[in-house]
Amino acid sequence: MTQDLNINVHHVARVEGHGNIVIDVKNGELKKVELQIVESPRFFEAMLKGRRFPEAPQITCRICGICAVGHTLASLRALEDALGIEPSEQTVLLRKVALEAEMLQSHVLHYYFLVAPDFLNAPNVFSLDPNIIRRALRMKKLADDIITAVAGRHPHPISMVVDGFTRIPQESELKDLINQLKEMLAKDVPPTLDLFASLKFPAFERKTDYVSLIHPEEYAYYDGIIHSSETGDTKHRDYKNKVKEEIVLHSTAKHAKGPFKPYMVGALSRFNNNSDKLMPKAKAVAQKLGLSAPNYNPYLISAAQVVESVHNLERMIYLLEELLRRGLNDESKERQTIAGWSAKLPQIKKGWGVGAVEVPRGILFHEYRINDDGLLSGANCVIPTAQNLANIEDDLRALVPTILDKPKEEITLLLEMLVRAYDPCISCSVHMLKVDFV
Amino acid sequence: MAAKPKVGFFSFTGCEGCQLVVISMADKLLDLVGAVEVVNFREASSFKSDEYDVAVVEGSISSVKEIEELKEIRRRAKILIAIGACAHIGGVNCIRNFDNQFEIKKEVYKDKATHFDSILAQPIDAVIKVDYYSRGCPPNRDGEEFLEIVTAVLQGKKPYIPNFPVCIQCKMKSNVCVFHKEKPITCLGPVTRAGCMAPCPSFGNACIGCRGLVDDPNLNAHQETLKEAGLSVEEILKFYRMMNGMMEVGK
Repeated sequence: MTQDLNINVHHVARVEGHGNIVIDVKNGELKKVELQIVESPRFFEAMLKGRRFPEAPQITCRICGICAVGHTLASLRALEDALGIEPSEQTVLLRKVALEAEMLQSHVLHYYFLVAPDFLNAPNVFSLDPNIIRRALRMKKLADDIITAVAGRHPHPISMVVDGFTRIPQESELKDLINQLKEMLAKDVPPTLDLFASLKFPAFERKTDYVSLIHPEEYAYYDGIIHSSETGDTKHRDYKNKVKEEIVLHSTAKHAKGPFKPYMVGALSRFNNNSDKLMPKAKAVAQKLGLSAPNYNPYLISAAQVVESVHNLERMIYLLEELLRRGLNDESKERQTIAGWSAKLPQIKKGWGVGAVEVPRGILFHEYRINDDGLLSGANCVIPTAQNLANIEDDLRALVPTILDKPKEEITLLLEMLVRAYDPCISCSVHMLKVDFV
Repeated sequence: MAAKPKVGFFSFTGCEGCQLVVISMADKLLDLVGAVEVVNFREASSFKSDEYDVAVVEGSISSVKEIEELKEIRRRAKILIAIGACAHIGGVNCIRNFDNQFEIKKEVYKDKATHFDSILAQPIDAVIKVDYYSRGCPPNRDGEEFLEIVTAVLQGKKPYIPNFPVCIQCKMKSNVCVFHKEKPITCLGPVTRAGCMAPCPSFGNACIGCRGLVDDPNLNAHQETLKEAGLSVEEILKFYRMMNGMMEVGK
């Protein structure tokens, strides 16, 4: 048994952003456990102050290069909530396609590029079998192409605006994408499953509070109420009853915690709360990977991502076929579709609204206040990684005493793998600023 | 340069979307991986080395700590390429430069504000010399331009970067000018450097100037056009400052 242990992993690799893991054990007693966030503060909410409301999605999507669609949608939903705008069914379907595609590209990036090398003893994905790399890149590229067809570009979508789209995709583009999705399900999914079913995930369990959106009809990403496995349901506008941000000195990202204790957001929380709503193939995949709800092993977040990515492929086929069945209409004429720099802002009444959307790493909240001139007078964004930080530290605290008999190198790897499993998006989590400037 | 130059990727304040665009370049990236040795790419690899010929840097500089790290990267690299709007012109990070910095910090961190290292956001060439810029937010044409720049640099050639406004390429795409649409929107295309092939107007939205200004922008005429379209002077400034807070002409 190791009596003294001092671990300091400076800038954990294969995570988004800059973070350090610091562990200090003296005489067999755990003295310090910190996930230090050392990314520079970014002050996104301050940037929004006094800006015209349609700019909010264009600015906030740049919080994150991985979940730019998610930020755009949380932003648009908050604005529409504040302005009382109800977008069309076509708009919602197209937005859902883009969100599913973003889940897929982020998950593929995470489980292939960032997680798999740990299990296969490689420093990075480029040291792996070229067939694996090409498959991972193919899956990521199709997801990017879908977002490009629907929203113009990834990252930082162009055509998703308040109350609609500034460009509607061609039906021929969507047909082509459906064929590619079907081919991917048939050709690239089986070897992906074989690979991840063969990996031996570390055994570690710690039950925590699993928080995600839930919806009566679907595996909730775009819409739903906030569900906690411990404390029940909360309406999106009351999210502050569930989330509270706390300033800790070792982190430029504020830690968000539930009213009673830390909680987990992300793929495993969604799986635990929504698994009965998975599409059929995804359900079979969960079985093959030995994943059933509820699951308390945070290392299996990656397995839940594999399950979700199959669900994403199936859902996109379903949503795109539904769009084609209805026929695509250029609605920009009859609807408001307010682009970022409309020459004239429409007349609006001041308002307040919240958008809650599931993004790859968990539930994301945007909250805005808009004044009578259409300018933003208050903003708050709560990022999934900020919500997970306190829970990761609790996991580390529970895990370290159980692995102290292992060599330091192995302990360090297990800790890094745990942090990586959460897929932390550190540059996003240091966005922070809660501003109530009026 | 060595037969197989060593390339390092580094990121400062930003969304790390530039590295993501580089990772996404699929097969083309694999060809590049064959021609160079990637020695530092923290977002994608745990392998690290302090020896490199080419440094690719994304993100703005927004803390004292970052200034020191960037200087060290410049000292080691023979060639330094800035990638993305944050590194090139400051990008959205500079929006906050026009507010009271102490108030902003106090709002976020309350009485603990002095514990956190934060300075005005700036492009990386405010600190060190940059050899080449790969522009855009995100880097344009899905990273193709970045690939062209790296390929040219490795061959010892000067990369081609257009010095005309986005409008030229927007016309080539046969777009109706967004100022003249049924629901007009205002646009920074007339003063912004081309090279992106105008994706934003092509998808029905406005150019927000993410590639920076051309060498000789006609700002007076552009501002008149924006005023005629209905923007106030204050709104015009805010529009420019979305990406171009520093308003540096021709870089």
